[in-house]
Amino acid sequence: MTLLEVDDLSVVLSTARGPAKAVRKVSFALARGETLGVVGESGSGKSMTVLAMLGLLPEGARAAGQARFEGRDLLSLDEAELCRVRGDRIGVVFQEPMTALNPLHSVGRQVAETLMLHRGMSAGASRREAIRLLDRVGIPQAARRVDAYPHQFSGGQRQRVTIAIALACGPDLLIADEPTTALDVTIQRQILDLIAGLVEEDKMALILISHDLGVIAENVGRTLVMYGGALVEEGSTSEVFARPSHPYTQGLFRARPRLGAGRGTRLSTIKGAVPELADIPPGCPFAGRCPLSIPACDAALPASVPISASHAARCIRLDVALGSA
Amino acid sequence: MTAEASFERRALHHPSFAIGSALVLLLLATAAISLAWTPWPPSELDIPHKLALPSAAHVFGTDSLGRDVASLIMAGARNSILVGVIAVAIGLVAGTAIGAIAAASKGWVEEVAMRISDFTFAFPAILSAIMLTALLGPGIVNSIVAIGIFNIPVFARVTRASANAVWTREFILAARVAGKNRAQITIEHVLPNILPVIIVQATIQFATAILAEAALSYLGLGTQPPQASWGRMLNEAQNLMFQAPRLAIYPGIAIALSVLGLNLVGDGLRDLLDPRLARRR
Repeated sequence: MTLLEVDDLSVVLSTARGPAKAVRKVSFALARGETLGVVGESGSGKSMTVLAMLGLLPEGARAAGQARFEGRDLLSLDEAELCRVRGDRIGVVFQEPMTALNPLHSVGRQVAETLMLHRGMSAGASRREAIRLLDRVGIPQAARRVDAYPHQFSGGQRQRVTIAIALACGPDLLIADEPTTALDVTIQRQILDLIAGLVEEDKMALILISHDLGVIAENVGRTLVMYGGALVEEGSTSEVFARPSHPYTQGLFRARPRLGAGRGTRLSTIKGAVPELADIPPGCPFAGRCPLSIPACDAALPASVPISASHAARCIRLDVALGSA
Repeated sequence: MTAEASFERRALHHPSFAIGSALVLLLLATAAISLAWTPWPPSELDIPHKLALPSAAHVFGTDSLGRDVASLIMAGARNSILVGVIAVAIGLVAGTAIGAIAAASKGWVEEVAMRISDFTFAFPAILSAIMLTALLGPGIVNSIVAIGIFNIPVFARVTRASANAVWTREFILAARVAGKNRAQITIEHVLPNILPVIIVQATIQFATAILAEAALSYLGLGTQPPQASWGRMLNEAQNLMFQAPRLAIYPGIAIALSVLGLNLVGDGLRDLLDPRLARRR
């Protein structure tokens, strides 16, 4: 059953250089309990897509299209209705655990607040529930640490606290926006395992945003690749990784460092730099850097071309791209 | 070690805060004592003993009407504090509310609120206060209202600027994601985080209010006789500048020390309440 259905979602930012398309007609669907990864570099529109769905775009940004969550279009809800969805049906974990907690409130209070807000729990009941949640996300001696303040926790533990807040009301959808980017490599693993475990136990759907292909490969069933605000490739994770099809995805995979490559081997790179949002061409966003681009690439955003039943890419030169891969 | 203990220890080691609080305590103590006791009734005239030099009976001497200057200074402290507290309270409550609402609502609400506050800010406070008291009539209540009104934009601007900075912090986004509305976020997350800035501003505005009251009273627009006011004492001393300059010096010193003390406390608090500076100390 479909939980979330995003249809032609676009976000236009007003910048000093005129309107910039941060998200271009992104469409995808997510079933209950499904895990979805969104991969792309900074500025590819990954986070903007999520913020648009939650009605949290920065000032001056406008969203168009639809994002139906449990049948209701989130983009047409007013602020009060959105407040009831956020934190209750949809939980979000952010990148920066060091700043995602209010330094002036104890962690227990910050977990309990969400429960009091959405569940109408009493202070005592929400505190007990907060301790249970902190224990569940692996905070040692949760009952003792519930009254501690964020600065008394390490980065990894703070991220566990933000996960506890996101999970407090038992959401149907958990969105993790680069949840491990700010953490040590050893902690990354623990946090990702924790998220994966909790998603599995609670049968939540997960949207995991990352620029780390390894993180995506290990944690999600389906993968979206974004570039320049557009969804360039999507498919089951195994297929996308076995047969990257869009020239951008192919470039991304070639640019990964490999174990066992000889010393002095240079990392392959994608030529050029990501264009500024206001400069993104009207056609395929990758056309300016693509080794396969032809004039027709600049005409319009390419349509999605199916490669298999569960794999598609937006490229008009897929035949060449797949041949060369 | 509790947070309070460390705050006190740091406060004592902060020279300008320590000196400032000593001066402010002196001001508060003087005002408090004057409620119960002054050497002489501050408004009691004693024409035969006018312009007496300092003596055991009159430590600061007497003025042109034979009133005891020490008693007038003590009663004047009470008046300054009264004006300062109420005027700052008016500015703080209204200004913080306007600034916080502006930062929370953004868009045209913020624009309108801030342009109005810019407009009032464009006139020198004392000029506006003179205009207002001229309009409403002189007197202590009107001068308090006038000073209070012109404290509003000060607090509104400081609040909005700091609140805007807090609104960009990630825990605000996290709070919004948790489903809190703007009012809840303002009260639970924004205001506590900008409290130190507002406290510092309130201390400094207190000093400004004391100065403004003295200026208004000096011009005859503020406190009216027989109530004692440092500004009026300066005004009355003006005519006797060459015969008895001390009559101007005593209230002058009282005003200067109070304003200095409050400004030092404000500067000290700015350092002490800033956790980054605290750690370095």
